[in-house]
Amino acid sequence: MSLASANLHMALNQITLSHFRNHAETRLDDTRRFNLLVGENGAGKTNILEAISLFAPGRGLRRAALAEMAGSSGDGELAIGASLATEPDQEPVRLGSYTKPAQPGRRLVRINGSETSAVSLGEWLAIGWLTPAMDRLFTDSAGARRRFVDRMALAVDPLHARHATRYEAALRERNRLLSDEREPEAAWLDGVETQMAEHGAALAAGRAGLISRIMEELATLPSEPFARPALSYAAGAPIMQSDLAEALRDNRRKDRAASRTLIGPHRDELEVAMEGKNAPAASCSTGEQKAMLIAIILAHANLAARGRPNLLLLDEVAAHLDPIRREALFERLRDSGAQVWLTGTELAPFEAIREEAAVWRVVDGRVERF
Amino acid sequence: MASQEIETLASALARLPGLGPRSARRAVLWLVKRRENSLDPLVEALEAVRDKLIECDICSNVDTQNPCGICADPRRDQRSICVVEDVSDLWALDRAKLFTGRYHVLGGKLSAMDGVRPEDLNIGTLLERVEAKEDGVGIDEIVLAMNATLEGQTTAHYIAERLEQHPVRITQLAHGLPVGGELDYLDEGTLAQALRARRPVD
Repeated sequence: MSLASANLHMALNQITLSHFRNHAETRLDDTRRFNLLVGENGAGKTNILEAISLFAPGRGLRRAALAEMAGSSGDGELAIGASLATEPDQEPVRLGSYTKPAQPGRRLVRINGSETSAVSLGEWLAIGWLTPAMDRLFTDSAGARRRFVDRMALAVDPLHARHATRYEAALRERNRLLSDEREPEAAWLDGVETQMAEHGAALAAGRAGLISRIMEELATLPSEPFARPALSYAAGAPIMQSDLAEALRDNRRKDRAASRTLIGPHRDELEVAMEGKNAPAASCSTGEQKAMLIAIILAHANLAARGRPNLLLLDEVAAHLDPIRREALFERLRDSGAQVWLTGTELAPFEAIREEAAVWRVVDGRVERF
Repeated sequence: MASQEIETLASALARLPGLGPRSARRAVLWLVKRRENSLDPLVEALEAVRDKLIECDICSNVDTQNPCGICADPRRDQRSICVVEDVSDLWALDRAKLFTGRYHVLGGKLSAMDGVRPEDLNIGTLLERVEAKEDGVGIDEIVLAMNATLEGQTTAHYIAERLEQHPVRITQLAHGLPVGGELDYLDEGTLAQALRARRPVD
């Protein structure tokens, strides 16, 4: 179909899954802009999305261990592969991610036949996703929202991850010192707090910057029919490095009494409200929450792509949306330029894109083209 | 089934850094087969190490003499001390023969999580050295050569603060662009560090 090939210069094709969860050998060819995976619960639809999510650095959309992903059919070795078309006339790039039987816990990556690091996958494409597990984001703990923000910030700036891990490590050191029976030595606390201030300030700046860029992106979108979320960043401590260092020093007595650090970026909060309604996201309806989450994910996808091929994996996304919003979602996805992968238990909600979409029925770890 | 002696040796070797049971057993077998050429010299070398190697009272380096060869060398600059975490760091620095002063080995790094406190490190002896004026010559400069890890940097900060009251110059190894490094291949953390530490061209 010319419609499908015409707008699909930057996309994944010829996707293969071997010994990946319940897929012994699965192959998806002739992909399009919209790709639908339809099947009953437990058929293996999300497993395909998870496999695709491994073409990005990190642990994939379930954050699962590799041993969990390896199917029972293999010797603990799994493999996924895909061709990435980047330019109309260029040879596609072949991506592969796999494990070897000797080291089932280690993810290996190949790009065009040569072994490389998982991080370098990020040079080729950007992948964003939305799963039902994320539906609780607004009612979940502040920590879950911080992780959500950090994951988005990381896709825009890889350095963000290093600041996050270093800050966490320094925080653990400080908490251990504060909870010790002995009075902690001031010079030691100074040393730890210097590290916390350096990486904490960078972490806070990364989060604040990301949130304001998402807000700018959201401002370009119409506020109907998708409720526009208003995101704001409530810092858990001063965000300038020197102020943060000073605040930590001033708070020592209180923190010592509590045996832990009471201020800092680990107490940051992402506040989300529905614009117009002026209500916190947590008190909005399930459908409204879903719509706001989708708006954030799409805004971030635009930010993160930066000219790279862009993929969106949307698991069971149509479920909570009424027909008007569903229609609007498809329209926005069409405009986004991303290759989109959608799952659902039935085809009916996808009627509007059925003609242009590649549709597979997923049954018991196998796929069949409609 | 291997004999008790072989098992004992293999399990002792297996505990060495980077070895493990399988490599240890292979090493034992290799030694047994080359008794004269390899096993005997190894035994002698081990005995020599056991009998002769001692820790230097001044800097905690490991050597056959006390004070160690570096501390006893009169050509070494007595006014500067380079502080390192471990003996292996001292070796790395001294291999390059660039530092002309003496060393001080801490024997680790501060870590609240691992329970390593200031009193577990050779920090007291460092302060004594700074105060004592070795051979009547005062210390001018302390070079902090800790690893660029979180704990290494915390330790460096701690020592710098403990030395604050002393009239010594405290310096630290630069972090950033490696010699022969291409910008294109550097990770962003290193690049950011190099950019922060940029300096005027002389």
